[in-house]
Amino acid sequence: MLKNLCQKMFGRSLWVYHANSGGCNGCDIEVLNVLTPYYDVERFGIKLVGSPRHADVMLCQGPAMRSTARALKRAYDAMPAPKLVFAIGSCACGGGVWFDTYSVLGPVEKVIPVNYYIPGCPPRPEAIVYGVAVALGLVEKKTAPVEFRQTEFPIPRYHPADLSGEGTLVVYEKSEKV
Amino acid sequence: MLSKIKEAVVCLKAGRVTLPYPAKPEPVPEKFRGRPIFDAAKCIGCGGCANNCPAREILVFDVCQELRILKYLGRRCTYCGRCADVCPEKAITMSHEFENGTNSINDIQQKLDLFMSTCQRCGRCFKEPSPLEQLKMKGYRFDDFENDRWVFRSQAFLEGDKVVDDIKIELD
Repeated sequence: MLKNLCQKMFGRSLWVYHANSGGCNGCDIEVLNVLTPYYDVERFGIKLVGSPRHADVMLCQGPAMRSTARALKRAYDAMPAPKLVFAIGSCACGGGVWFDTYSVLGPVEKVIPVNYYIPGCPPRPEAIVYGVAVALGLVEKKTAPVEFRQTEFPIPRYHPADLSGEGTLVVYEKSEKV
Repeated sequence: MLSKIKEAVVCLKAGRVTLPYPAKPEPVPEKFRGRPIFDAAKCIGCGGCANNCPAREILVFDVCQELRILKYLGRRCTYCGRCADVCPEKAITMSHEFENGTNSINDIQQKLDLFMSTCQRCGRCFKEPSPLEQLKMKGYRFDDFENDRWVFRSQAFLEGDKVVDDIKIELD
């Protein structure tokens, strides 16, 4: 539903606002790299604007910090209604390596709702273009949760309760329960 | 006037540099580290990766004596490759995958159920470690799986169930 909304509302003009709430500037450089002629995102209609009041999309870099959380919230509230938030980098997605320090509150989703995540430290410019293309519906997302489950125990289990004596011979029975 | 023509010629010579990126795949450098891939067939469940992860994104939990769950969350993973370096069985490989943009953060997590075989005769051939010795043991951690959180080992043992709680502030 969000995808349809994105395609309908944003179409071919996505104005992005670039908010750093205490990152190390690595992701900022990658985001600005996306706007260079090599990864020319203006062919998708993406344009960097200087004010959240003009923006459709907020690109968040850096974790939500004690000092900047309130400002980030205010910038989010200032954006007009159909709005998307991208969390770019591992700081914005999960809090970063210094997630347990006193000044870091955690990921930006603690303060504002996040629609799309682009992990990486910093993500490659291609990864950012890919994440935006996923949001626009140009490409399918490639990741899915991986789960490896043990269906049965590889070694047969024996339990003292299952021992049944037949004369002097002790017979072991394979038990299924743990 | 001549300089303007010169400029135009230079511009025509330069050609196009824009990469046709989302349509065509873009190769990455040889030593690029992308998302780590966990191989359940090779993993022995030593928990070395969990102990060495600087972002504490690998959680280890013992369900019972035989079953150990290893969970890689990858939210704040910096792709440093330390888990791959420390793995004795080379079960973790740093892949070249970087296109991880998703709409759900749970899409990048990996969860392994590992069978930890025990001695068939006595069940446990080691002396029970005391709580203080457990702190030092590699892979002896109890993580908060329901909340996807890493537990400070020392705090968890010294103060019962108390886990790391994030700072709560009031937003206006």
